[in-house]
Amino acid sequence: MADRITDTRTTRQPASDALAGARAARDSAAKRTRVFLLAPAILTIGIVGLMPLSIALVYSFLEPGTYGGVTWAFSTDAYVQFLFDRDIFDDSLTFSTSYLSIFWRSAFLAIITTIGALLIGFPTAYFIATKPPAQRNLWLFLVTLPFWTNLLIRTYAMLLIIRDEGFINITLQMIGLTSGPIEMLYTDGAVFLGLIYSFLPFMVLPLYASLEKLDFRLVEAAHDLYAGRVQVLRRVILPMARPGMIAGCILVFIPCLGAYITPELLGGGKKLMIGNMIALQFGGSRNWPFGSAAALILMAMVLIVLLIVNRSRADAEVSHG
Amino acid sequence: MIEISTLTKVFGSGQEAMTALDNVSVTIAENEFFTLLGPSGCGKTTLLRMIAGFELPDTGEIRLDGQPVTHLPPHHRPINTVFQNYALFPHMNVAQNVGFGLEMLGRDRKEIDATVARTLELVRLDHLAGRRIDQLSGGQQQRVALARALAPAPKVLLLDEPLSALDFKLRKEMQSELKRLQLETGITFVFVTHDQEEALTMSDRIAVMSAGKILQIGRPMDIYDRPAARFVADFIGDINFIEGTVTDGGTVATGSGDLAVTAPLPASGTTVTLAIRPEHVMPGAEGPNSLAGTLAERVYFGSGTVLEVDLGATRISCRTGDAPFAEGAPLSVTLPPERLQVLQD
Amino acid sequence: MADATETRKTPRAKAFDLRRQPGFAAAAWACIIFLYAPIVVLIVFSFNDNRSVVRWTEFSLRWYTEAFANEGIQKATWMSLKVAFVATALATTFATMAALATTRVARFRGQGIVFAIINQPLMIPEIVTAVATLSFFSLIKQATGWQGVGFLMLAHTVFCIPFAFLPIRARLQDMTITLEQAAADLYATPWAAFRRVTLPLMAPGILAGATLAFVVSLDDVIITLMIAGPGETTLPIYILGQIRRGITPEINAVSTLLLGLSLLLVSLTFLLGRKRSRA
Repeated sequence: MADRITDTRTTRQPASDALAGARAARDSAAKRTRVFLLAPAILTIGIVGLMPLSIALVYSFLEPGTYGGVTWAFSTDAYVQFLFDRDIFDDSLTFSTSYLSIFWRSAFLAIITTIGALLIGFPTAYFIATKPPAQRNLWLFLVTLPFWTNLLIRTYAMLLIIRDEGFINITLQMIGLTSGPIEMLYTDGAVFLGLIYSFLPFMVLPLYASLEKLDFRLVEAAHDLYAGRVQVLRRVILPMARPGMIAGCILVFIPCLGAYITPELLGGGKKLMIGNMIALQFGGSRNWPFGSAAALILMAMVLIVLLIVNRSRADAEVSHG
Repeated sequence: MIEISTLTKVFGSGQEAMTALDNVSVTIAENEFFTLLGPSGCGKTTLLRMIAGFELPDTGEIRLDGQPVTHLPPHHRPINTVFQNYALFPHMNVAQNVGFGLEMLGRDRKEIDATVARTLELVRLDHLAGRRIDQLSGGQQQRVALARALAPAPKVLLLDEPLSALDFKLRKEMQSELKRLQLETGITFVFVTHDQEEALTMSDRIAVMSAGKILQIGRPMDIYDRPAARFVADFIGDINFIEGTVTDGGTVATGSGDLAVTAPLPASGTTVTLAIRPEHVMPGAEGPNSLAGTLAERVYFGSGTVLEVDLGATRISCRTGDAPFAEGAPLSVTLPPERLQVLQD
Repeated sequence: MADATETRKTPRAKAFDLRRQPGFAAAAWACIIFLYAPIVVLIVFSFNDNRSVVRWTEFSLRWYTEAFANEGIQKATWMSLKVAFVATALATTFATMAALATTRVARFRGQGIVFAIINQPLMIPEIVTAVATLSFFSLIKQATGWQGVGFLMLAHTVFCIPFAFLPIRARLQDMTITLEQAAADLYATPWAAFRRVTLPLMAPGILAGATLAFVVSLDDVIITLMIAGPGETTLPIYILGQIRRGITPEINAVSTLLLGLSLLLVSLTFLLGRKRSRA
């Protein structure tokens, strides 16, 4: 054995003082370490991520500059513009639904995309969760992979398939099923398809996470108590997959609502969504205050959805407990 | 060697405050195999972690060889720990694990190698020095954890339920192994367990803890034969309790008859609990302290039989070798006065 | 005896598999085909010796040769890599530090706020972040006269942090803190315990976090589109510009390369993680 360790580094302070001192020293050392470790991430995100949002809030109450940017004069025009058209000649306001309809179309597309993704995603996630573990990893990897590939490129791939001279139309004509192209691109349907295609992995992963935890002895128990397949699905499996469904729906709905690339490429500028409208204000339309206001309204919509979901989730927990 | 005085620790605050240690004092002698025994949540692990330096007490002091160490961080204490789940470094092999402490103490390579080899020999793992941790069985990992903690030759070795993850046979084997190591190295062992049998077989002395307090400190025999509190009696081994009142005549009146005891009794009229181990209850015998009853149940358990005897007011169990008694038949039991413990809580 | 043969003859194939739900397997296969078919078409026609992106004529690498020779693509690729490297290095460092602070230093009040701030870039629609950052940067640029690709790198760092943070923190949470306590118990100073125990064990998490950050930075379109100045065109922005101008097989070739890089990196991380978890 090595020599006994003799150094116990004692101090001669009275014990209680030393104890309080030691605790204070430990606490303040922990605090210093924590501040040091957190500072870079928090400062970077705080300054470059959060501060711009307050700038956007300020900008939304200013007047647009002629060549983009803003003029520093207070105005609520950006918000008024959502609901009313201002007449160029007499400044009178008339109610207009043109911007509201863009918000409505975006929300509608986001909702049906979420539902569509759920309908495809649930059986897929369930199927993966019931595979033997070795195969499960491979399936999961296959579903995850598209998430890590470029959204723009995947959207472009979809464009190649559904455009007039696209893969589907050419193939259909070659085998003689159709004589001319079926118009698919630049429709709401194309945007819907593109959105599902983009965000489907977001639905499968959380669903899988909650289905994987499902204890199949419960399914056995339900069958043992005379439940058929459909009843087991409805009464046992679906309720247990609820957290995954909620998470999946949020993860699909939010990016759908703010989608830019999909409607840009597949909607062809004809079928605008909020994302494109906002981008347009900072580009060709040069109305930064209006764009800022639209961005903030979009953000508010997202936050409201998150709050509602959080509330219902908390309620569910209370009623379960 | 280790003097622990008036340690108190409260976790949380307000409504959720939980007293983990309540004014705990104990002195552990050099070369002692000292066991902290108690159910989970009794504070034994907290006390161990305080000796190791992972927790600071709210009040109180820990001295090692007369020097206060209460506020020293773990890496300045000449104390090593064998963790419950071993906490072996998965990215190092066996020898690297065992040599880690010495390396951190700045010993030179030659000395480290020699000590590692010697320590591995001590725990009979010298043939596995180059193995990765995940290639070892649970029992082998246990030995590596021991070797790692022993290698720096600490003054005190702390063991936090180190045998709980092993199966029955291996646990028995490691119990004697630990005892051997303690004798060979002469290091003070402080052992934490909730297994009373383990505590009784291995320890020089045991401290029985409950709800943050030490209820009794003593040699295994003292603890077993003369429990100081009802909790201690109940926690360690099987025991019968009989409620009664002290009479003027120096006996204890129970619902099934008066009982004489040799132990000193409190003032007449006091309510006391008499305790007696099942193996000390004699079936069928007649004499002083014999109570008439009926055999309610016989349970055979291999090396003996347990008789449940109905005494009317109470039931008493009695452990015996062979039992030529029929269930439902009358059966008296004798409670030897010198075996009756008087508890007053 | 006869009875026994009788029972053995009953068909086993119809045994009730209680995990199976009818039609779910088909849905899963359809899902995979749906996810991969367009990508496969894109890749296949990048090797087509024809201007058409959908009519197959003959295998050829000519579009790759052309893409490689294209100066615009070269410059955009270089820009993408530069931004991704800097953003990954910063984001991974910051995320590692923050992950340590939230798992290895005593718990503290306000931990929830820290998570909210770090995950903020994930919670807000990218287009909102993009235009807000544009406003903010243009304000700073006006006020200070600063220019340069640093702004773009900083913006990428912000949204890379949460992607790096998640796997690193997950790894740290999986690692029991007892290991570091064991190191301290064996006389390791806090720094030695970190260097010898924490860091080597969290390395796979850091690697995974860095890969994800790199891929996310490499793939970003919206934020870059909004804030990249002239001469700061990254590869996705270049591709977007080309698509808007008209579809050529050259885009397929570049897309395939970019796709391939992401797939390669993510697959490597996946395989590495599997090897580690098996060990």
